[in-house]
Amino acid sequence: MVNGNPIIEGFIEAIELIVTLDPQVVEITIRSLYVSLTATALAALIALPLGALIYFYEFRGKHAVVSTLQTLYALPTVIVGLLMFLMLSNIGPFGFLRLLYTPGGMIVTQTVLIIPLLMGLTVSALSGIDRDKRYTITALGASRLQTVMTIIAEARFAVMAGVLLGFGRAIAEVGTVMIVGGNIRGATRVLTTAIALNTSMANYSLSIALGIILLAVALGVNITLSLVQRR
Amino acid sequence: MTIIEARNITKLYGGLEVLHDVNISVQEGEIIGLIGPSGSGKSTLLRILDLIEPANGGELSIFGIDVVSERGRWLDLRRRMGMLFQRPVVFNASVYDNVAMGLRYRRAPNDKVDRKVKDALEAVGLSRYIQSRATDLSGGEQQRVALSRVLVTDPAILFLDEPTANLDPGSTATIEAIVAELNRETGMTVLMSTHDLLQGQRLAHRVAVMIDGTIAQTGPSREIFREPKNRRIARFVGVQNILPGRVVSRRGDLTVVEAQGKEILSATPPPASEVEMVIRGEDISLHRRKPGYEEAENLFPATVTGIEPTAPFVSVMVHCGCDLSALVTARRAETLGLDIGMEVWVSLQAKAVHLIPRKGS
Repeated sequence: MVNGNPIIEGFIEAIELIVTLDPQVVEITIRSLYVSLTATALAALIALPLGALIYFYEFRGKHAVVSTLQTLYALPTVIVGLLMFLMLSNIGPFGFLRLLYTPGGMIVTQTVLIIPLLMGLTVSALSGIDRDKRYTITALGASRLQTVMTIIAEARFAVMAGVLLGFGRAIAEVGTVMIVGGNIRGATRVLTTAIALNTSMANYSLSIALGIILLAVALGVNITLSLVQRR
Repeated sequence: MTIIEARNITKLYGGLEVLHDVNISVQEGEIIGLIGPSGSGKSTLLRILDLIEPANGGELSIFGIDVVSERGRWLDLRRRMGMLFQRPVVFNASVYDNVAMGLRYRRAPNDKVDRKVKDALEAVGLSRYIQSRATDLSGGEQQRVALSRVLVTDPAILFLDEPTANLDPGSTATIEAIVAELNRETGMTVLMSTHDLLQGQRLAHRVAVMIDGTIAQTGPSREIFREPKNRRIARFVGVQNILPGRVVSRRGDLTVVEAQGKEILSATPPPASEVEMVIRGEDISLHRRKPGYEEAENLFPATVTGIEPTAPFVSVMVHCGCDLSALVTARRAETLGLDIGMEVWVSLQAKAVHLIPRKGS
């Protein structure tokens, strides 16, 4: 064919798929957002209080804990996927929950994946409140609880930026959702796994369409992030 | 009434001794200027007195309460004091919410918070920024927000840690005026650290000089400037001439000190036989000819060896057996027509020659 370039054709078809709100595209996008948003919310619920506890309480090995968390930021997603697969499979301790190959399992796995990141970033966000500010809070007559509340309120934008980063990592990763979710059509297929599968099947237009959506989500996160950080 | 009484305060950070043997006693209604070079421990001392952090040793009583044994009352006592820091600190919230912080910590009713915050911002001239984000203001405006935030809590003792170190003259004047007025009208006790000697002199009833983690001298600023107790203090308060000498005799009420073959009269009783003469440059007068009448006890010829403009003054180095540095106004230097190598007459009152024991003797 004269205009048979599969990349250009793929692009044109991709735009069509998005504009016409192709059911498959919509379904995958919604599932992806649902899984990663829920995982981020759960992770935030667990990680923010834990991060605050680490920051506000002096204990032995605090430095080691923070270093470990920072190391875990770079944990390969396939390793987390493998570990969670083993945990959730029939031979694992949580096999009875029957979460393997379900969106619930993917949510739990992504939650585990980004908890260290959110905890670490919460500690950094709170540490960003400098000594002079802490002295000022004390000098103004804040009680212990009032001090904690003021510091958290002051670090709110940095904490929010951490949560957004966590969401960005969750929605963009492919390792855990592939292993734990299994990329089952209509059940556990999300943006990243769908792109991987369709590309290997030479189904470029769908891949490109989903890629554009994933990029748009990532871009949206980044724009929000920079708006938050400007505060 | 003594409002703060500190005895032998010690503070360590890690192994580093930041404060040692600090003794200070502050009367209610006083303004104390804490002066000293950077790193001498002024900020640390203020934080300890404001109960922001504990000392490692010593006795401290505030409002007559022994705070070392009464740790449970610290929050309560802290709420009767206030502190303004060197670097303007504002929180990422509106100016209104910033100023309201201390009152809200004290659980003041909303209508009272509202009234006090508005009055305080009016007083520092920031009413138009009441809804602005505090972090958007300039440094000087932020410091005024910080001052209002402290003042709305009506502290009985106000600590100021180099509050105007980074500010423009306008903001500095506003802050100084407010502090002076509050002290006069409400009898607020003020402890202010500064490395600006003139500010210490302008505001403080009494000055305490801090050097190397301890208070080296306390007294009215005039006394600190003219009669520093030792060489370090003399250097810090800007004395240009510190000359070694030996006490040779007494002449009436005056002490005769010999320095490099020259006899200089001092009104200070001899503190030791080996002394150092502390002479402020502005106390040395220069004349073109031998003055016909001169009330100064010391009068001798000298040669100009150096001229250095330090506007609005000129620092003139003269040699007269010993080397002296005189401070004259730029206009006077012009009238004298000073030139290097020129012969001049130097006059110096015995009262302007302060004697301190020479170190190591």
